[in-house]
Amino acid sequence: MSMIASLIDYLRGSEKKSAVVAKERLQIILAHERAGRNASAPDYLPALQEELLEVIAKYIHIDRSMMKVNLQHHEDYDVLELNVTLPENRKQDS
Amino acid sequence: MAKVIVVTSGKGGVGKTTTSANFSTGLAMRGNKTVVIDFDVGLRNLDLIMGCERRVVFDIINVINGDAALKRALIKDKHCDNLYVLPASQTRDKDALSLEGVGKILDELKEDFDCIVCDSPAGIEHGAFTAMYYADEALVVTNPEVSSVRDSDRILGILAAKSKRAVEGLEPVKEHLLVTRYDPKRVASGEMLSVDDIQEILRIPLIGVIPESEAILQSSNSGTPAIHTEKTDVAEAYKDVVARFMGEDLPMRFTTAEKQSFLKRLFGGR
Repeated sequence: MSMIASLIDYLRGSEKKSAVVAKERLQIILAHERAGRNASAPDYLPALQEELLEVIAKYIHIDRSMMKVNLQHHEDYDVLELNVTLPENRKQDS
Repeated sequence: MAKVIVVTSGKGGVGKTTTSANFSTGLAMRGNKTVVIDFDVGLRNLDLIMGCERRVVFDIINVINGDAALKRALIKDKHCDNLYVLPASQTRDKDALSLEGVGKILDELKEDFDCIVCDSPAGIEHGAFTAMYYADEALVVTNPEVSSVRDSDRILGILAAKSKRAVEGLEPVKEHLLVTRYDPKRVASGEMLSVDDIQEILRIPLIGVIPESEAILQSSNSGTPAIHTEKTDVAEAYKDVVARFMGEDLPMRFTTAEKQSFLKRLFGGR
């Protein structure tokens, strides 16, 4: 970077440095990838998904493939994520 | 008790072979009887970096297949008394590098050597897996760059899940972070990840920082590991890594940019 360009950056209060962007991107993608491997998928997850599916199916017709259960590990807490896509023509179903 | 150390990274071109050559040389210079093994079957290069390419007769696949005795395949380093090189094969038959065969070789080497350094190929395929499987300790070579850090994280996951120590429920592989091709000036200007950033992301202990240096290319040109060169940053940095590996507590060097004079900055000196 030339001196003039850096001077302009400095005067503008400058945008986020690219190393900061790199670090943030890495932290996000690695949290996601770590969650997807080894101990992060406990044994009970498929059974949990199955039971949840049954409960929901009592009230709404849903496609089995339209439901996802996911457990994500963060620093000091875990997030259980339940993602159900409801059918578009709900009225006909009920 | 002999130690098996894998030099690994996931990503290619980050400095695994350079590190294997310098680290094993450093260990030998400090009196450890050391052997360095090239696991990159089909793309061997450690022999070139160590400057012994014309003395390769037998390789690791020959030993596994029983075509040559292990002792006959080992090449004595021309610079160091305590150092030997076991080259990879240039055949394309990677499957010949069997886990069992490698295990036998390592057991035999453990009787004679203090340190066994395994230079892993890039990737997470068979060769890389075989190189890391028997490791007691791992040098995870990482560049201050997003794809390298991500791949190192992947490799750490594999070490923790699939190495022999993990599979057999023994004490886990001891991991060391080695940051290479580091440019403190670019870190200072905010355009390169810092050592602290990388360590915070990968969460393993730092064993050293190797600065980006012209000496690396010159040493690979001549086949003499850079650690032999007098007073270069790289040589000093690798010596520090070896010292820390052997238990010495040394402060990190080459991690901050040298202050440049106003005039030099103005006229763009390097």
